[in-house]
Amino acid sequence: MDSQGPLPSTPASRFDIGLIVNGTSHRLAVDARTTLLDALRDRLHLTGTKRGCDLGQCGACTVLLEGRRINACLTLAVMVHGRAITTIEGIATDGELHPMQTAFVQHDAFQCGYCTPGQIMSAIGLLNESRTTDEATIREHMSGNICRCGAYTNIVAAVRDAAARGS
Amino acid sequence: MNSVVGQPISRVDGPAKVTGHAIYAAEFNLRNMVHAALVHSTIAHGRIDQLDTRDAEQEPGVLAVISHLNAERLPYEPLEKRPPVDPKAGEQLHVFQGPEILFVGQPIAVVIAETVEQARTAAALVQVAYHEQVATTEVRHDRAQPPTEASSKAGRGGGSRGDAEKAFAKAPVKVDMWCSHDREHHNAVEPHATIAEWFGDHLTLYDKSQWVDNVRSEIAHVFGMPAENIRVVSPFVGGAFGSALRTWPHVTIAALAARQVGRAVRLELTRRELYVSVGYRPRTEQHMQLGAEADGRLVAIIQDAVAPTSVYEEYAERTADPVLRTYSCPNVQARYRLAPVNANTPCPMRAPGIATGVMALEIAMDELADGLGMDPIELRLRNYAENDEAKGVPWSSKALRECYQTAADRFLWSRRSAPPRSMRNGRLLIGYGMATAFYPAERAPASVQAILYANDTAVVRTASSDMGPGTYTAMTQLAADTLGLPIERVHFELGDTEMPKAPVHGGSMTLASVGTAVVDACKALMANLPAGEMAEGHGARLRRAGLESLTATGHSEPGDEANKYSSAGFGAVFAEVWVDPDFGTVRVPRIVGAYDVGRVINPKIARSQCLGGMVGGIGMALMEQAEWDARLGRVMNANLAEYLVPVNADVTDLDVTFVRSSDEIFNPLGAKGLAEIALCGVAPAIANAVYHATGKRVRHLPIMPEKLLVD
Amino acid sequence: MLAFSYVVAPHAETALSLVCGGSNATFIAGGTDILQLLQEGVIAPPSLIDINALPFSGVQTEQGEARIGALTRLSDVADDPGIRQRFPLLVQALQETASPQVRNMATVGGNLLQRTRCLYFRDATVPCNKRQPGSGCPAWDGLNRINAIFGGSDRCIAANPGDMAVALLALDADLLVQNVEGERRMRLADLYRMPDENPQHETTLASGELITAVLLPSNEAAGHSYYLKVRDRASFEWALVSVAAALEMDGTRVHRARIVAGGVGTKPWRLMRVEEALQGRPLTPDLARQAGNRAGDGAAPRAGNAFKVPMLQRAVERALLTAGGIA
Ligand SMILES: Cc1cc2nc3c(=O)[nH]c(=O)nc-3n(C[C@H](O)[C@H](O)[C@H](O)COP(=O)(O)OP(=O)(O)OC[C@H]3O[C@@H](n4cnc5c(N)ncnc54)[C@H](O)[C@@H]3O)c2cc1C
Ligand code: FES
Ligand code: FES
Repeated sequence: MDSQGPLPSTPASRFDIGLIVNGTSHRLAVDARTTLLDALRDRLHLTGTKRGCDLGQCGACTVLLEGRRINACLTLAVMVHGRAITTIEGIATDGELHPMQTAFVQHDAFQCGYCTPGQIMSAIGLLNESRTTDEATIREHMSGNICRCGAYTNIVAAVRDAAARGS
Repeated sequence: MNSVVGQPISRVDGPAKVTGHAIYAAEFNLRNMVHAALVHSTIAHGRIDQLDTRDAEQEPGVLAVISHLNAERLPYEPLEKRPPVDPKAGEQLHVFQGPEILFVGQPIAVVIAETVEQARTAAALVQVAYHEQVATTEVRHDRAQPPTEASSKAGRGGGSRGDAEKAFAKAPVKVDMWCSHDREHHNAVEPHATIAEWFGDHLTLYDKSQWVDNVRSEIAHVFGMPAENIRVVSPFVGGAFGSALRTWPHVTIAALAARQVGRAVRLELTRRELYVSVGYRPRTEQHMQLGAEADGRLVAIIQDAVAPTSVYEEYAERTADPVLRTYSCPNVQARYRLAPVNANTPCPMRAPGIATGVMALEIAMDELADGLGMDPIELRLRNYAENDEAKGVPWSSKALRECYQTAADRFLWSRRSAPPRSMRNGRLLIGYGMATAFYPAERAPASVQAILYANDTAVVRTASSDMGPGTYTAMTQLAADTLGLPIERVHFELGDTEMPKAPVHGGSMTLASVGTAVVDACKALMANLPAGEMAEGHGARLRRAGLESLTATGHSEPGDEANKYSSAGFGAVFAEVWVDPDFGTVRVPRIVGAYDVGRVINPKIARSQCLGGMVGGIGMALMEQAEWDARLGRVMNANLAEYLVPVNADVTDLDVTFVRSSDEIFNPLGAKGLAEIALCGVAPAIANAVYHATGKRVRHLPIMPEKLLVD
Repeated sequence: MLAFSYVVAPHAETALSLVCGGSNATFIAGGTDILQLLQEGVIAPPSLIDINALPFSGVQTEQGEARIGALTRLSDVADDPGIRQRFPLLVQALQETASPQVRNMATVGGNLLQRTRCLYFRDATVPCNKRQPGSGCPAWDGLNRINAIFGGSDRCIAANPGDMAVALLALDADLLVQNVEGERRMRLADLYRMPDENPQHETTLASGELITAVLLPSNEAAGHSYYLKVRDRASFEWALVSVAAALEMDGTRVHRARIVAGGVGTKPWRLMRVEEALQGRPLTPDLARQAGNRAGDGAAPRAGNAFKVPMLQRAVERALLTAGGIA
């Protein structure tokens, strides 16, 4: 089965699926119950996407599905068969950090760094949504990403900075 | 070369963290690794009657189901000296060694399977029948006992001076109240995880740990094996706040499972499992009594604190410290009692005990100021402790007056109208509140290795940890300055038992302890550097001497300054709240903090720590609350949706200032340590502001809306 | 989570045939509630039928009745210009729902059918009549801060947690439902059942029925509506109490009012007494207060959620003032 091919038309519990992650096609065999998060971390070893709760409640697993931010833990891998996913590993180009990544470093928008990939993907997703980028809007629209280290004010500063630089 | 110490440079591990390349415990990709899932007891007290693993074993991919029925007997050798992070009395949970059940959530079996999904499915199929016994699931004050001598000796008991009861009885002005904060869970975003792999009789553990050396030594005792045969690796920790200080049962389980199946095993806890696996800040109830003269001078402080511990260990904390040491007062009595309940053992959480004591004391001080009609800052200045009256020695440094002044100025405290409920913005009630922050500074022995290479780079390493406060960066700065190398040429490594021993990454002592050793090691390198021309670089000198590299070790430990002086970080925290009187909801538009933490190695990162403490304080004050159902003996909101922590929208303006200070009595670096002090004081400042806004004193944190709505 | 099988339904007919007839198969749309329930072992369906390929996505608002496909994502509804213009109440409710990530995934149909947040329902190791009929309701005398003050029984006091349904009910929405026999139209108000003796039965949908669309009648309330959500933290939390107020005004007089509360009922709770108090009267701060005070009529709070009565009363008052433009 190629990575774009159709899934079986009768119920099954194992699948060969195709995922296009950061522009690269991957084929993998998954259970129906395998989440996108597990597929990324445990199968493709793209561990930049973090697991915090498995319940959509922390945002650490945020990735872009065709440019829109989603929670990888609430997505079954088989449901995104053939679709394009962007993870934190896929946003730097030619070794150059993405402006959002640079802004996070400059503004010290993290401490432990564990929520950070999710914050950055969420922030890129936010800018894709072309909303205004005043502080209050950013705060509200970044509230699906918990930072237990409490870097929120620096996160807001980083997102504003990256937005101003037109990232 | 310009000094980088004291400069706000960006984190050296920043690029790794923002690209997803920083590897946390669960992310090591070992060959042939299999996965473990736990089965937990669903009763609070009793015995396992029957444990049926047949269905689980039939599941595809399952390699083993291990329980007390088939687990190897582990020696659990007693430790000669308990590490400071462990309870001083009682016995750690022995996993799978018998059918006894002591709390809901106790691990009773582990399933190992090829995939996580298979392991979790099979774990759900393990059938258990229990013989239930009566459980104690509530703190009974009448059953609470003072901690044992071992705990008290470790500073985790009460304390007293003078005759507080008598002085209180005679005091013209009094405060007498009960207060509490609820049980809090660390809830670092990274769940705890361990990967275990055996090579013959050697074991490697990849673990979420604030102290790899301790994991090594405890596992060595549990398995009765030489510590040298164990390697523990933990380069990145996704937040911990104390939850990764101890070596928890799941670490033993991972090692046990890996030995049994002969494969590398990963055990990653679920969010719900964290609530029963790694401890929590215990809900503590405190009776506070303050007696003062009419001019505000304290004549008596009495504290009676009651907290839960587990039935198998005595976890005690330093709840009495702030009461004994923050203010000048001739008569102080701090009592501390513990009541065992059928629950897993609590553990240190950011500023353990201290944050609890500070909360009670600072709310009480606010009540006293209110009763006296005195400005809360003035009251604190009148009771300023020039010395540590608990130990009867001077402070090695103390710039708390400057903290009050700086924070008050930046906050514009002068705009506060004193009477409660007198400030408004439309329908919103506005309140200003403040509190003192206090956290004792400590040091412990640390060793560091530094290697200089002929290509003018250096590697500096020690088995410390960086759960977020910036150890990597601060140590790199210290090393770069001492070696006279640009920061890019210095590589700092941590989190591996192969490295020289470091103390626990907790109690805010990493910088003062490890940093001093880093400087020591780098100085030793410089002293041994072969002679050369003035302008000649280090590498050139090595090459000329025919050396590829040069290695030195450094060491530091507290000297007798600890006998002659007391050391602590101090701070003043001011908070503004907006209360919606119709709904009882509280928002915190700004917090201002000024801190005396000694010399600041990296103001950018230090500031971040304080911001984090403020956010943690908002949580403690307003929303964090493990909802315990005593009938069922468990926390019911064991997730991140109903156990609330602050989100981005809860946080607005946070302002941090470090007052000029340097404490070279405490240690040569002049740094006193940060992290924990940043949490202390925030919750009471908010609580005091809520009182100022509403005229309603809520003494039981968190201040959820209903507490302001219902009279 | 236990193993299950999965299939993408290419046509509604396939989806319906796979789910009907006691197969216990379950539809999955955005998956945001289903995945939580699976992860926590609250449900263990043998099979999941993915309905995302069905043609039930998209919003039509041109004229007359507006139609929102059941598979439309919450974020797409909230960002739709027609919806923003005609139904700002709905947009407000959606903007305060969950997180941006969840809103990008969650569908309208799934949102209407999300399960309760009752702490006992979500922990599979404790009794719960809804999850395990007959096992008991620990919330009744237990931790019931987030539970319902309306519509409960000693069998169950689980609150319906949704925000959107509250707004939709205030907008008098209908649903299009498809089953093997064809399509039917029903009132959203008739979707939810009271727990009574059987809290496990939450809706009037027959097993295997699909929601295909939400229909919104034209109304004159757009200029006088407001969704107010009260919660502990400033964002990313279900409602402690929410109020959707849709007022059709005749000058300063309330011509027609639909006031619905969330977080307080075992289903989205229409506040008839409040509506009656408003009917035909000029909207003033006094009237808003009087009407708000009626919001608690008939409430049967438990120890942990008694605060919701005054909170709801004040929330209704505030929502009325804001909707009426006299705040
Ligand atoms: C962290 C978090 C926070 C949240 N906060 C909020 C909040 O503040 N307010 C709020 O209202 N909600 C909140 N939610 C809930 C969220 O809005 C719902 O989970 C979501 O709307 C469900 O939609 P879905 O498409 O993902 O449904 P799914 O999870 O796919 O399905 C849910 C149910 O609906 C059924 N179903 C789905 N579509 C149809 C259909 N067309 N016909 C028949 N049956 C169908 C499924 O079988 C299943 O039983 C939150 C969720 C999360 C994860
Ligand atoms: S892991 Fe997905 S939201 Fe927490
Ligand atoms: S940086 Fe640690 S959780 Fe955000």
